[in-house]
Amino acid sequence: MKDHDILRVTAKALIPLIFLFGLYVQFHGDFGPGGGFQAGVIFAAAIILYALIFGLDEAKAVVPPRVLEIIASLGVLLYAGVGVVTMIKGGTFLAYNALDPAHPTHGQHVGILLVELGVGLTVTAVMCAIFFAFAERGRRT
Amino acid sequence: MIDHFPAIQVALPMIAAAVVVIVRNPLVSHLIATGVAWISAVIAWTLLQSVLASGPISYQLGGWAPPTGIEYYIDPLNAFVLFLVSGIAAVVFPFAGASVAAEVDENKHHLFYACLLLCLTGMLGITITGDAFNIFVFLEITSLSSYALIAMGRDRRALSASFNYLVLGTLGGTAILIGVGLLLMQTGTLNIADLHMRLEGAHAASKTVLVALAFLTVGSSLKIALFPLHAWLPNAYAHAPSAVTALIAATSTKVSLYVLMRFIFTLFGTAVVFDVFQLQRVLLPLAVIGMFVGSLVAIYQTNIKRMLAYSSLAQIGYMVLGISLVNESGLAGSIVHMFNHAVIKGGLFMVMAAVVLRTGSADLSAMRGLAKRMPLTYLGFVIGGLGLIGVPLTAGFISKWYLVLGAIQNGMWLIVAMILLSSLLAVIYVWRVVEVGFFEEPDPEAPEIKEAPLSMLIPTWIMLGASLFFGVMTDTTAGVALEAARQLMGAP
Repeated sequence: MKDHDILRVTAKALIPLIFLFGLYVQFHGDFGPGGGFQAGVIFAAAIILYALIFGLDEAKAVVPPRVLEIIASLGVLLYAGVGVVTMIKGGTFLAYNALDPAHPTHGQHVGILLVELGVGLTVTAVMCAIFFAFAERGRRT
Repeated sequence: MIDHFPAIQVALPMIAAAVVVIVRNPLVSHLIATGVAWISAVIAWTLLQSVLASGPISYQLGGWAPPTGIEYYIDPLNAFVLFLVSGIAAVVFPFAGASVAAEVDENKHHLFYACLLLCLTGMLGITITGDAFNIFVFLEITSLSSYALIAMGRDRRALSASFNYLVLGTLGGTAILIGVGLLLMQTGTLNIADLHMRLEGAHAASKTVLVALAFLTVGSSLKIALFPLHAWLPNAYAHAPSAVTALIAATSTKVSLYVLMRFIFTLFGTAVVFDVFQLQRVLLPLAVIGMFVGSLVAIYQTNIKRMLAYSSLAQIGYMVLGISLVNESGLAGSIVHMFNHAVIKGGLFMVMAAVVLRTGSADLSAMRGLAKRMPLTYLGFVIGGLGLIGVPLTAGFISKWYLVLGAIQNGMWLIVAMILLSSLLAVIYVWRVVEVGFFEEPDPEAPEIKEAPLSMLIPTWIMLGASLFFGVMTDTTAGVALEAARQLMGAP
């Protein structure tokens, strides 16, 4: 669809804004509505829009499937890693207070921020991977 | 360190699954998965010993005290199931290598092991948690990874088998979610111990609780594959990659059965389930019909993986029968049969994985005269088959002994006769395979077939050796099962 000028220009204008809104939803999640899941879906929506307008191959050049696999895993590792760190610091699994024993509230902020970032990464990657998997059906046969 | 074992038990395979995807190398993935399974088994064994020595363990995730936060609660029953699941995984994971290399695309191996580890994570999570909603979450992790694993089977029939399982499994999961939701509506809590306390009072006999019990029973029965909710099981077992069948057949239905026990005995309590709502009147006939239908259909199967799947259906009947007898011996029989059947059926499916690797088929006709070509593998089938029948000195005998004891205590002589009769049916379907292997001549034009590789033979014989070992040394299995049953029945 990249020979449609209106679609191409609008998409190019919108995609950065979608990313920006995704970042807002991601990091404002502990004060307002939002969080990793929602932000992940918004990020993925930007990439999927790019794929719809400029074609699957172009999108795969930006985020190769292999990179998506790694990002999805890194998100899980970030989440679980926070849990491991809290255990090493003397709390139970994912007890954010242990991240900063002097200021437990501060520890909670850091903990939830990191965990939600992990969720955001994984959701983005998995959403894109699912889209690619469906979009590729029928192309190889 | 040891204080954190409950969290590590679940987190370790999950972290390993993510690492395996990043590493991508088939060999390294296999090594990581095997190592993690072994560590899990050691952790589960330590937890079991600790629970038996010094009582239940409670672990607060995130430092939130129950009933607000998610609690991992380990008593003898789930410590036993944890050890069962991780022990089976510790034997099946090293075994998987050769079988997976032959049956799954090379570029999917890392994803295969990641799914295997996620499946293990889910099953350990379901077992360890003391939170009703958390059970649903881990159930979905287990189910989703199982669907992917089954779909990786050798031919396209695996896809439809996996899709069937997906539809029915999702129905089961949804039923459990609705049940948990109704209980939350009635009591305002999700912690199982807290739910039990709140349900004891005036709420106990309300319509909401009855409907919740119905949804939870149907949901877990679908996952258990209790007759008549078993439609997904035969194809899923027959068409999944052989190593996956060995793992899932040995553990997945057992974990679901554990969930049903947890709901019935710990969450609602025997008084509500059996005295007020009379659930045994439904479970008992279904269990007995399952015992016979499973065995009878198994006799007519020509695909041996399918035959073993139908035999599982019959064995599940025994386990549910133990629950519906509502006494300590019956329940202990049910719990110990979870373990014994897991070991026996796991071993048998591992034998079939070796047969499929060497002959390329799980058909009865491909097994003609195979006992001469693969004597060690085939002898394994005989040992496993004897366990399935319940011959004395095998593990299968111990569980049937307690089941019969439980039935006698209730004065149900008809049930005793049925247990013995359905065991005789097992003789028929096991004998068919033995006869073809030992007494028929191999096809003269068939290509030369070698014995299975050592990487498969050793785990298979460890599994089958365990079925003999636990048939003689019953302290660990039957002892723990009796203790668990006593606590489940006695707990107010």
